[in-house]
Amino acid sequence: MIATMESLPLRERVALALTITRREVSDTLRDWRIVVPIVFLTLVFPVIMNFTADVALDFVARYGAPIVGERLIPFLLMIVGFFPISFSLVIALETFVGEKERRSLEPLLATPLSNLQLYAGKILAAMVPPLLASYLGMGVYLIALYLTVGWTAPPTLLAQIFLLTTAEALVMVSGAVVVSSQTTSVRAANLLASFIIIPMAFLVQGESLIMFWGRYEVLWWILAGLLVVDLILIRMGARIFNREELLGREIDSLDLRRGWQSFRRFLLQPDGIEGALTLRRLLRWDLPLVLGRSRLALVAVLVAVLGGVGLGWSYALRYPLPNGVLVLKGAPMESFQEMQLAFLPPFTIWGIFNHNVRALLLEIVLGLFSFGVLAVVLLLVPMVMIGFFMAQVSFAGYNPLLFLATFILPHGLFELPAAIVTTALVLRLGASMVSPPEGMTLREAWLLALADLVKLFLLVVLPLLLIAAFVEVQITPRIVLWVYGG
Amino acid sequence: MAENDVLIRAEQLTKRFPSSERGTDGFFTAVDGVNLRVAAGEVLALLGPNGAGKTTTVRMLAAILMPTAGRAEVAGFDVARYPREVRRRVGLLTEMPGLYLRMRAADYLDFFGRLYGVPPAQRWERIETLMARFGMAEALHGRLGEFSKGMRQKLALIRAMLHDPPVLLLDEPTSAMDPYSAKLVRDSIASLRSQRRAIIVCTHNLTEAEMLADRIAIIRRGRIVALGTPSELKRQLLGPPLMEVRVAQPLDGLLPRASELVQVESWGSTWLRYRTEDPRQTNPRLVRWLTGQGVEVVTLSEVPRNLESVYLRVVEGMGGEEG
Repeated sequence: MIATMESLPLRERVALALTITRREVSDTLRDWRIVVPIVFLTLVFPVIMNFTADVALDFVARYGAPIVGERLIPFLLMIVGFFPISFSLVIALETFVGEKERRSLEPLLATPLSNLQLYAGKILAAMVPPLLASYLGMGVYLIALYLTVGWTAPPTLLAQIFLLTTAEALVMVSGAVVVSSQTTSVRAANLLASFIIIPMAFLVQGESLIMFWGRYEVLWWILAGLLVVDLILIRMGARIFNREELLGREIDSLDLRRGWQSFRRFLLQPDGIEGALTLRRLLRWDLPLVLGRSRLALVAVLVAVLGGVGLGWSYALRYPLPNGVLVLKGAPMESFQEMQLAFLPPFTIWGIFNHNVRALLLEIVLGLFSFGVLAVVLLLVPMVMIGFFMAQVSFAGYNPLLFLATFILPHGLFELPAAIVTTALVLRLGASMVSPPEGMTLREAWLLALADLVKLFLLVVLPLLLIAAFVEVQITPRIVLWVYGG
Repeated sequence: MAENDVLIRAEQLTKRFPSSERGTDGFFTAVDGVNLRVAAGEVLALLGPNGAGKTTTVRMLAAILMPTAGRAEVAGFDVARYPREVRRRVGLLTEMPGLYLRMRAADYLDFFGRLYGVPPAQRWERIETLMARFGMAEALHGRLGEFSKGMRQKLALIRAMLHDPPVLLLDEPTSAMDPYSAKLVRDSIASLRSQRRAIIVCTHNLTEAEMLADRIAIIRRGRIVALGTPSELKRQLLGPPLMEVRVAQPLDGLLPRASELVQVESWGSTWLRYRTEDPRQTNPRLVRWLTGQGVEVVTLSEVPRNLESVYLRVVEGMGGEEG
């Protein structure tokens, strides 16, 4: 029997990964360009923030607005924690793409370590110094605050800030690995790093608003969201960080021509389907093929849809409408035609169609930047509303299934499949980046998912939405009036 | 070559990379059906223009890149199935030394020794022995950023030898070295050969290849186009040996008759060059004939033919670099 490296005990495998971490951390600590700002942000910046908090508290107290000061202190704690971890991005870009650029990566790739050991060792190395600096900085800030104004942080808030800081560092580092895989120079990686910095800047601004608003419980949701992003990026990074990808890419180039060729092939001749793309071919071959490839995403979206309806129902239980508000019997036709609220589209075929198309396009765009997650979230909004109103209708003494069959299903039979298929394809597009199918590169998998999305959106979803809009304007009101009308 | 002795075996080894170049069908074939065998105690020199596929071949044999087609076995392990076992048994000297310049030599080698799983006591013994062998004992605690190019190259070579691997893949082992250091490295490779290591050396230095290698493979556009011992290659590509005879008196009038005895290539008033498939037969016959004609033979020797001529013959018309 062959004694292989894989048979090494877990402890030894972890020890090898930590050997990488130790070397990289000590290398980082030898670079004064990283050490000096970190020391400043760890020891000097918290004192400045402490002074700021002190002055601000005095100032707002004079104008009888102590709440502003109270909200400022936790906000500054978050800022003190965030600044040092921003270095994790710099270190990660340096450790992943910098090594590639200096050609010191190949000797490392020639060692018996697995891709995962190298990846884990490097991720830790990029995170440990900035995170320790961040914790230390927050500690200095908290101690100084206690000594100057006697403020102590509530344990929950403290846990939230520490966990958020850690999760944010992990997002930046794992994001940097993904960015690094697309480049061979630190310069190019720095340019691409804006894809990480800008969302993080928005996130910190959002967190600031929430903290000034005083809704600290929302921070848990942000933490949960960050952990999901962490998992996605780590999975993606672990997939990308392999010897083949690292040594196979020699120059930074955006190969549009080859990308277009692949996209066109996936769009017109997927899996060797020959002949022109006709309606017959679409229905007989392309549609089953695409739906088959997207079955996992379809199942996930269907579960989300049912969950959304259930969530809406549970909201209705918590917030029931007052008696007499919901009256379905005796509704006149005019009530549909006059239904012109600011957030609703004009009740015309074009108005409804236009609205639905824009909603799905927004899903696609948001899905592109969120691995499909925001597309699902957007789809949940109408589903929650359906569940909410079904429950309210039930509380008002009507049959909720009849309500569904009259108000929703006539046009929903066309609209819901269109929305579900679009969302599933956007979700698959995101998943293709996280975990490309076996035997496909990340780019091929993404282009295939994009081609499927484009094809079905143009040839299936748009016609379905047009039919749905027609039914919604011309048929649904008549059915409603027939069932509920006076 | 005994089958059991073969430590490096490549069969139809092929590597394709995605490519956007026109006429490439979306792929660029860097290595195309390479067949190689290197036995324990043998040095194979891999020669070829830049971009011919040497580095990609070495990377596949070092289990850093996976073959697209074909297979390779190194030290008894298939590179695709047991890449980590292969890497554990291969010492790779990369094209660029790729050192961590902020580290000290001792720490650097200790780091790689750990990654290769060399036990601590053995690790330090190896580090000190190898540093001494390459004349670098005094630089053990020096910072790598302060090392000269040659010292960096030697350190990279020490890194490759640290875990005492049975297979060594050396890409340009003496580049950037002064003649003395280069000789140390060559001596070291020769000593490794005597310790029954299988060694592949990629080099542009043809003299070095001729001095070091038992066999030479010339690679061009990803294919092995010539493979054999230096003398086999010379014979195969440059034809039979070229002999030169120098005489004391002018050869006036004797040339036409000499041409009946040997295949004359060129001549002067007191010399002539000829090719012969069988020098043992031809040379004494020619000397006897010249002496019989009253011409004193001063010297008779083979015209030296270096590997450069062989190499140039193979890559002739390719325009050098292959991208």
